[in-house]
Amino acid sequence: MSIRLYDEWPDGIGHPLDSLLRTEQLPHVWCVGCGLGTATACLLGALEELPAVRDHAVLVGGIGCTGRAVGYTKLDNFHTTHGRAIPFATGLKLADPSLNVIVFSGDGDLFSIGGNHFIHAARRNVDLLVICCNNFIYGMTGGQVACTTLPGDHSTTTPMGNLEDAFNLPALAEAAGATYVARWTSLHPVQTQRTIREALGRKGFRFIEILVQCPTYYGKYNDMDLRGMVMYLKNRAAMAEGSAPAAVPITKDRIPVGVFVRLERRPFDGRIPPAS
Amino acid sequence: MRVAPLRPGSYFLSGNAACAEAAIHAGCRFFAAYPITPASDIGERLARRFAGTEDGIFIQCEDELASMAMVLGASAAGAKSMTATSGPGFSLMMENIGLGIMMELPCVVVDVQRGGPSTGLPTLPSQGDVLQARWGTHGDYPMVVLTPESAQEMFHCTLRAFNLAERLRMPVLILSEESVGHTNEPVSVPDAHAIETVSRKMTTVPPLAYRSYEPDDHGVPAMAPLGKGYGVTLTGLSHDERGAPRASDPENHQKLVERLFAKVEAHCPQILLYEEELTEDAELVVIAYGAVGRPAKAAVLQARQQGLKVGLFRPISLFPVPEARLLELARRVRGFVVAEMNAGQFAREVERCVRPVPVRSLSSLAAVHKPEEILHVIEGWAHVD
Repeated sequence: MSIRLYDEWPDGIGHPLDSLLRTEQLPHVWCVGCGLGTATACLLGALEELPAVRDHAVLVGGIGCTGRAVGYTKLDNFHTTHGRAIPFATGLKLADPSLNVIVFSGDGDLFSIGGNHFIHAARRNVDLLVICCNNFIYGMTGGQVACTTLPGDHSTTTPMGNLEDAFNLPALAEAAGATYVARWTSLHPVQTQRTIREALGRKGFRFIEILVQCPTYYGKYNDMDLRGMVMYLKNRAAMAEGSAPAAVPITKDRIPVGVFVRLERRPFDGRIPPAS
Repeated sequence: MRVAPLRPGSYFLSGNAACAEAAIHAGCRFFAAYPITPASDIGERLARRFAGTEDGIFIQCEDELASMAMVLGASAAGAKSMTATSGPGFSLMMENIGLGIMMELPCVVVDVQRGGPSTGLPTLPSQGDVLQARWGTHGDYPMVVLTPESAQEMFHCTLRAFNLAERLRMPVLILSEESVGHTNEPVSVPDAHAIETVSRKMTTVPPLAYRSYEPDDHGVPAMAPLGKGYGVTLTGLSHDERGAPRASDPENHQKLVERLFAKVEAHCPQILLYEEELTEDAELVVIAYGAVGRPAKAAVLQARQQGLKVGLFRPISLFPVPEARLLELARRVRGFVVAEMNAGQFAREVERCVRPVPVRSLSSLAAVHKPEEILHVIEGWAHVD
């Protein structure tokens, strides 16, 4: 892994994670105030703490704001089609088990258009770490309702408020068979990075949800500026470490956070045993 | 234990079985698919053939969106990979076939065609997916499509498909159909050492100098191993040679897509393959491909017995269209008859190449033509003068 710290910056000042970034591609596409930079930094920070994992890490993103993150890194990365990051990652992992394959994508990509792949990869227990940055809305396409938008919330396609219920992603992950399930917010960078580090040290289908603020769309349509969005996440977050995933739905009043599931289960490798 | 290719010899195989066996000979060790008639038995055979081996990977996917994505992921990780499907599943694969074109990932997609549209005729043959194979995913791109007439030819087409995919660094499609897929016939399997197998070009530059889409002299970028510090970066977005997205750059996009076309064009001598029968002095040429090539050949031979100067042109590579050869034939013949199991999809391609020489389409939507039907059209044409 090449280390080229700070040299692109004329004043000699850079970011501590520049060694893992394709700094020539910056600035990134994300809006001012977006939480995705924090989430990406937590992933890269965790990888920097685990050089042996980092050196065989491959990042896979789907389509959407979060899906763009993987292309900013110097790690091997694949920016796939909408919803198909998990099956692409499955192909990578089965074909080369020495890789540490990480899917880093958004709620719409992983749970709406790609929902079927999520539940099947969890059921199979494919050896993947899947990180979902949940901003409650479709950001890249301009603020439409998502499968994670809370009932009553506003978006460009729910002008009178969302009529549907939202997924409780940790419960979905556990029910489908995930061996590690956690949720944090972009207001918990220390905990998020620590949890990613722990998950990188484990095997099987691991899932981490990171709630990120989208002031540009979610905030705008729900009467919150950047500060309002940050305080929304901060004030509602409630420690729920070890709670049953079914008991941690996000509501208007409470965002339960912590690690909810730690299980051991033999990962799927695609090798068929001989006839007995 | 490792996956072992069939020993050389004569076997009694269906087209689907021949496809599975040839894939093994070609080095395919990753197969992902969703069950669908009439293609399922390719995966069933590979699941049995891979069982108990350390290198053969089989996965039955949740859907064809997943199978195509997994095949691309496996290819990126270095595996020769394949999927097989039929019409409805082929439709679902389209978006990720486009991703394979853009990421330039070698793989083989087999479409054992059945009657459509929609659920259509699951157990009957068809060639209704010809233009979908060429143009089914959105945007502009080149495509390589092979189509066999028999189990034996399926064996060779599958070998060629893998070799072309690896050489060109792109998905290659095989259009089979139910009748080829499920007809058991003798297949001669050559010695594995006598079979040419091509593997993708790997980069020779040091990791820091590697650029994911930097083309070689033939327009094909070299691949790099993952997890070795090369920083492989592949995307479905329009991109530059480093793999950096250039989503709003028309000039860069023009250059990228022109290179994709040019790399296929440059390899046409290795891609184009067709069989000709009695075209030397022919005044009329029958064009047929896949299973229809067989009754077409019988009809041409019968017409010759009547003294009619008829020949057969049977493309085995359907796309790129063998334009130069069709143009040569058009200079010498008075007409073409295109017999195919669709409403005239390839006939339009022929028309485009041979204009103003007349082209007659002989369509049969869900059954292989009988030789008499083709002969009847040949006779009708001969009596026009």
